[in-house]
Amino acid sequence: MENLGTLAILLAFCFACYAVIGSVAGKLGRRPFLILSAERAVYCVWALLTVAASLLVYSLIAGDFRLAYVAEHSNKSMDTPYKFASWWGGQEGSLLLWAWLLSTYTSVLVFQNRRKFREMMPYVTAVLMTTETFFLILISFVEAPFKVLMAGKGIVDAGDGQGLNPLLQYWTMVIHPPMLYLGYVGFAVPFAFAIGSLITKQPGDSWIHTTRRWTLVTWMFQTTGVLLGAGWAYAVLGWGGYWGWDPVENASLLPWITATAFLHSVMMQEKKGMMKVWNMVLVSCTFFLCIFGTFLTRSGVVQSVHAFAQSSLGRYFIVFLAVGIAATLYLILNRLDYLKSEAQLESVLSRESSFLFNNLILLASCFAVLWGTLFPVITEAINGEKISVDAPFFNRVNIPIGLFLMLLTGVGPLIAWRKSSVESLKRAFFWPSVAGLAVVVGLVIMGVRHFYALVSFALCTFVAVTVVIEFFKGAIAIRGKEGQNIFAAMMELTHRNTRRYGGYLVHMGVVFMFIGFTGKAFDIDKTVEVTKGQIVRLGAYQLAIGDIESGKNENYSWDILNVGVTKGGTDLGTLRPERRLYFASRQPTSNVAIRRRLNEDLYLNFAGASNDGEGTVLQSYVFPLVSWIWIGYWGVLIGTIICLIPSKSRLVYPRTEVLTVTGKHAQVEK
Amino acid sequence: MICKRLRCEEYTSVEGIGPMKNYLKFGLLIAAVLGTLAWLAVGGISETKTYYKTVAELKQLGSQAQEKRLRVGGDIAPNSIKREGANVSFTLAQDKLRMEVVYNGIDPLPDTFRDGAQALADGKLGTDGVFHATKIQAKCASKYEAKPTVKGNPSVRS
Repeated sequence: MENLGTLAILLAFCFACYAVIGSVAGKLGRRPFLILSAERAVYCVWALLTVAASLLVYSLIAGDFRLAYVAEHSNKSMDTPYKFASWWGGQEGSLLLWAWLLSTYTSVLVFQNRRKFREMMPYVTAVLMTTETFFLILISFVEAPFKVLMAGKGIVDAGDGQGLNPLLQYWTMVIHPPMLYLGYVGFAVPFAFAIGSLITKQPGDSWIHTTRRWTLVTWMFQTTGVLLGAGWAYAVLGWGGYWGWDPVENASLLPWITATAFLHSVMMQEKKGMMKVWNMVLVSCTFFLCIFGTFLTRSGVVQSVHAFAQSSLGRYFIVFLAVGIAATLYLILNRLDYLKSEAQLESVLSRESSFLFNNLILLASCFAVLWGTLFPVITEAINGEKISVDAPFFNRVNIPIGLFLMLLTGVGPLIAWRKSSVESLKRAFFWPSVAGLAVVVGLVIMGVRHFYALVSFALCTFVAVTVVIEFFKGAIAIRGKEGQNIFAAMMELTHRNTRRYGGYLVHMGVVFMFIGFTGKAFDIDKTVEVTKGQIVRLGAYQLAIGDIESGKNENYSWDILNVGVTKGGTDLGTLRPERRLYFASRQPTSNVAIRRRLNEDLYLNFAGASNDGEGTVLQSYVFPLVSWIWIGYWGVLIGTIICLIPSKSRLVYPRTEVLTVTGKHAQVEK
Repeated sequence: MICKRLRCEEYTSVEGIGPMKNYLKFGLLIAAVLGTLAWLAVGGISETKTYYKTVAELKQLGSQAQEKRLRVGGDIAPNSIKREGANVSFTLAQDKLRMEVVYNGIDPLPDTFRDGAQALADGKLGTDGVFHATKIQAKCASKYEAKPTVKGNPSVRS
């Protein structure tokens, strides 16, 4: 079994190398059969890796404890879904998942474009397969998934395994890593197209048109992955937060930020032919940040609570990153002539300008997060002292950035291209601004004094109102012509221009998320040592401490604390926070009890027995508005899916193309 | 209003002046945005920067150590964890050196916080020599990867 798996990975490595060499040689030497054979090699890589992955999963489920990976990440008593999830529970397996996903993407891509982009495709294949080769080097020679446990000269069967880390035995953790990887890996595709178009000197927009859907889909996966991680942290880790600015979390956020910037700035290229170099830079940044994120979580470079084991992987990643970035930079600089902008900025009050600032601010945020994450590494390199920065640093920088972005979210889509007059702005934004101000006045009267919270609610209202007005305006126009009811008209409207109205829905989702984030300003928390019969007051809630129940199954033992909850005299039932002790890993975990409501969550964590054995430590929190983050996510998801549906009427963006440039100051006429 | 707009268009069409003025405007705006963020970032760094130290390094620093925010790493000495209400005290050990730590932060202690685990304590050193931590991180060797326990001194081979 292990021999077959190792062999499959080694063969996949050979085929991937061949695909790189074959496609480039075939292109340069004009030999179509070489290119074709390289494409077939791509399918072979996929088939071989599928065999390897299936073998690993089979060993995990069947419980072949001779394998080190199985013994470390699975055990007999785990449920089958978790055994399956052990595939990506550890270093080697998750690298195999990376490689497998990349080969899957590449195969789909090669198949889709088997008759298209014949000029560019060999290079696209080569770029993707180079990345694949890199990951296959890692799993063939550095971190092999099919290692056998050895003692002396014989193979040892461990009998039973360590089990998956108990913290990971939670449903969101089963799908979070694959989602994140689907996003991480997917960005290799737009990147490969960008490089392909650079090499073949066709830096027009064709690579953007072809990869738009890829980009959106991978962005969707990334968003899902990041938010699943946040949801997991909130529901499992017991500290009540969803985001702690931990290096590993930051690693997943960084490419997401540049990807978001990219999604916006491609519109500038599509519609105005501007920012071509910038888009190349952004797509490359995103790809390399994905690799960098994988590197950060695996190399132990930065102290993190949830990094993988320290290993020698780091330097392989550094070499790959260094070579990749250098090559990309060289290519972009070399092809600058083909990336000339076709228009220029004309006014600060214009759509172009809002895109520019959107990008600027997203990149600033990305840079700040990167800087903060690597701060210990940087300071150690400079003066030998490791200095780290904490969550307050990240919040301080990113909260104003977030609010500014929110403002742009409202303004950007409505402001005119090229130049907008103050009058038209007044017309478009009068009611949204009034609504925003009204919300602030209302909140101040209710006693809210938190500055950022007020600004945030005002901006959220502002954006929400602009979006709603847009939908109604469009729908009323359609209803006038066709006499449908208003909701049918809205559907029709969305269908006519899915990109625009899907985008609005995504923005609406983001508004909901921001409302959820803002709730953080009003958290209440209380940690107390409790005994049976005691009543704890938390905000408007009364918590009556009841019995502790205990029990065990074959995987873990548990203690459950019964807490009767009442609010303003109404009985809200019992919450049952739980503590578990997993036998295989001897690790305790808390299963928090959360009463989720739209206005606030009541969150109880059974933190353990106090040392004298009599009391029980209970942590209780009220988190206002948190649920809106998860609701907002659905908005983003649905909006993105709508963006992916082709519009009813194909949109053509007329725009001027630069044919020749005569004279030094020749102006582009529109 | 129409007049105003016309004038603007005249401006941009006059070679050189319009774009220059625009670039200046954009430049100033970008500088303002980045400047604000840089100012926030610098403030944020000086406010929250934390020095990594080991127990040994901390002992060497002596009284100097009392001003800085510190992050001290070590192992939790067996049987030293004591909980009194929300306060938790324990001893952080590195080889033979020991340091008393008191934690009374808001966040619950991680589940990995137990005897023998590696811990990182963030906080300040008090004048009494006790380290007052506001945040504790703990990890058992590595959080995602537990070591295999196979009898007979196992080695791993591919």
